[in-house]
Amino acid sequence: MDNTEKTSDHGRFNFAYLDEQTKRMIRRSLLKAIAIPGYQVPFASKEMPLPYGWGTGGIQVTASIIGQDDTLKVIDQGSDDTVNAVNIRKFFQKTTGVVTTEDTEAATLIQTRHRIPEHPLAEGQIMVYQVPVPEPLQRLEPRSTETRRMHAMADYGLMHVKLYEDITHFGKITSTYDYPVMVDERYLASPSPIPKFDNPKLHRSKALHLFGAGREKRIYAIPPYTNVESLGFEDYPFELQRWTQACALCASTNTFLDEVVTDDEGGHLFVCSDTNHCQRTQMIGAGHDS
Amino acid sequence: MILDATTGSSSDGHSIQGELPLLQVKGLRKSFGSRLALDEVSFELYPGEVLAVVGESGSGKSTLLNCINANIDVDHGQVMYQSRCNGAVDMGQISEAQQRLIKKTEWGFVHQNPRDGLIMNVSAGANIGERLMSLGARHYGQIRAKALECLQEVEIDTARLDDLPLSFSGGMQQRLQIARNLVTQPRLLLMDEPTSGLDVSVQAKLLDLLKQLAQRRGLAVVIVTHDLAVARLLANQMMVMQDGRCIEAGLTDQLLDDPQHPYSQLLVSSILQS
Repeated sequence: MDNTEKTSDHGRFNFAYLDEQTKRMIRRSLLKAIAIPGYQVPFASKEMPLPYGWGTGGIQVTASIIGQDDTLKVIDQGSDDTVNAVNIRKFFQKTTGVVTTEDTEAATLIQTRHRIPEHPLAEGQIMVYQVPVPEPLQRLEPRSTETRRMHAMADYGLMHVKLYEDITHFGKITSTYDYPVMVDERYLASPSPIPKFDNPKLHRSKALHLFGAGREKRIYAIPPYTNVESLGFEDYPFELQRWTQACALCASTNTFLDEVVTDDEGGHLFVCSDTNHCQRTQMIGAGHDS
Repeated sequence: MILDATTGSSSDGHSIQGELPLLQVKGLRKSFGSRLALDEVSFELYPGEVLAVVGESGSGKSTLLNCINANIDVDHGQVMYQSRCNGAVDMGQISEAQQRLIKKTEWGFVHQNPRDGLIMNVSAGANIGERLMSLGARHYGQIRAKALECLQEVEIDTARLDDLPLSFSGGMQQRLQIARNLVTQPRLLLMDEPTSGLDVSVQAKLLDLLKQLAQRRGLAVVIVTHDLAVARLLANQMMVMQDGRCIEAGLTDQLLDDPQHPYSQLLVSSILQS
């Protein structure tokens, strides 16, 4: 019965919702983006059946590269079962009928909102990011004509001015997410609002990383094995977040932790943001105990 | 006429020494639509020399400066610059990247309104350090030390290093703008009415500072002004412009004491004599 419902949806939509012409257009931009790591390629972003800011860029990238043999995983802030993840996963189940999974290792295509899975990515896997603001210089220089020129000239003094200001006023670099990176020693890029904890995972990653910004109509990419450097000063280098606690559920000490408020009396605990990784670690732990 | 002891240049002293001009502007022409804003303007500037460009508003002074600085494209003419390492370069022929590099390392541009030349929402230190950082400086402590040095040089209280330029007075903002340009040890400074809008005592202080800097560092300066007193105080060369043309040029003292062109005579006679 499930099957008949799927086929009926197939009949109503083209495979993966977008028409073939649009997919080809997006693929062309993707190829260009991969050829020039970190460079923002403009593309004719389409209206999608979800509002801007909910992942219209990521969903278009996924729709144009997904194939019938793909296994899709969708993450929202590390979790597989929050609203954005569930809806986008259902969307692709309906419009493509591909197999979906929560298992990072089993996935060939992972659309993510603001996290990179804790489990190391492998060759052949593709990460698709939902990007709200693709231009890392936008807050410093509002004119896009000027920021494009700065990219062309590799003139990124302004970004360091921002970091300088942070250190001057707060004694450290205060960006903790969307921490600017230098891709392939050439283009300054925004890694999308992933926590800076995930930045090192981009450096010489085995997977292909694709970034789609629907509202801003930009696509950029970090191909496998590309150098990705998080900016910093020699005397104030890039630093990772650290926690004093371990995950309250799986006792991991090397993962990105979310603080969860448990009651109205100040009770709270820290748990892994990557739910799939947390469950796996718990299972392995339980196996050892028994 | 006073001989400048530091540069040893008199009326035609520089050409004797066989020194090359730092900046050569040849036959610049620029029109906006049918309006001719610059008509065949030429001059030469030697290291350590200060050239004042005077004239009424609308005479093409600022256009000249913007053409030299390649902010706007010229229709015709040439700007030759004797660069530190590459020898003579034609600023119109080199790539935009090379232009930017020269402008960042060897030139400075001081805007009339400090708001155009400063980033108003970041601290004074970051304003000064920006050029260094865009040239690849990546040591916070060193950038800061350099910024402090520049602040001292333009006589701003070093305690203001971390303050926003918004909290500075007009004169201080203008000095900060100069400090921001000095950090890369430029050889040529282009200034567009740097003293207008400042009260007289602040103006005098700024002029004094500029004069010292020009002498101490051997800076060549092109200063656009409508104020003849500024020209007299600061410049050894002077150029009078009217309707986009250079109508008279020469040594400042000579020109001010014995103007030849009727318009220059009018201009000079309009100064209040004390």
